[in-house]
Amino acid sequence: MPDGIDRKIIVATQAGLPLVPRPYDALAGRLGIGAEEVKARLARMLDTGTIRRIGAVPNHYALGYTANGMSVWDVADERIDELGEMIGRLSFVTHCYRRPRRLPDWPYNLFAMVHGKTRTEVEGGCAIIRELLGTACRAGDVLYSTRILKKTGLRIQD
Amino acid sequence: MASERAASSLDDALDETDRRIVNALQGGFPLSDEPYREAAEPLGLSEAELLARLKRMLDERALTRFGPMFQIERMGGRFVLAAMQVPEADFDRIAETVNAFPEVAHNYRREHAFNMWFVLATEKPEGIADAIARIEAATGLAVAAFPKEREYFVEMKLDA
Repeated sequence: MPDGIDRKIIVATQAGLPLVPRPYDALAGRLGIGAEEVKARLARMLDTGTIRRIGAVPNHYALGYTANGMSVWDVADERIDELGEMIGRLSFVTHCYRRPRRLPDWPYNLFAMVHGKTRTEVEGGCAIIRELLGTACRAGDVLYSTRILKKTGLRIQD
Repeated sequence: MASERAASSLDDALDETDRRIVNALQGGFPLSDEPYREAAEPLGLSEAELLARLKRMLDERALTRFGPMFQIERMGGRFVLAAMQVPEADFDRIAETVNAFPEVAHNYRREHAFNMWFVLATEKPEGIADAIARIEAATGLAVAAFPKEREYFVEMKLDA
């Protein structure tokens, strides 16, 4: 579990790394600890998975992935884990989760995010998913995003 | 939609070098004294050029961030997807209210009766229920929470 100093590093870097030649020195100066310690703690958080990775977080719209479909499926409970693993391996699926149904408004329990450069591309992906789910799937839908309202990521309070 | 148009015009603003940077640097940024110089070298760029391009892409919002991506669950926190059915006439006002919560990490408008989908990120698991209660009080609308029960795959890297 991250300790108080890790938490300070998270607060200092959650909006991004300093864009200066020696960013870890800059962070160290701000936090009042050594640069070696900053790097060692970041390395440990990478090892333990507290940090997934360090690098560029692209705005997928800016990369031309303007069609963003959240495909959702009502899949038989006894088959969802096996099928979810399979759908998650498709190259065009960027996230795949099992989530609770919210009946009667929401019968879907499998969520697979499909990114594409056009809606046609996304529809093609969803057709492949539908076919793989086969008879285990009772219904499905695709919710396209039409506007990013906010995209800041995690912000814990200082 | 306005932001889609704005974003797709950015598509043209990324040149070949920008795309190589985005593809190469979606992970594995070095933990060394001069990481930008180290990352620039295999791309055939100078440190100054890489820094200038990253700055420009951040300013143009082609990149939302450059730095660590945290997995809050590993710190004892939670990410939860949630949705609301917002009356169209009130959409912008409600979006502003919801976005004002620091717990709201992302928020998307989607075509469905559930037309607002956002991700709550809190440092403590109990923070989710608390944030939902406060959002419901502030908006007067019900929030449906869709916590993940199982993660089959997550890979947010995309080819530029």
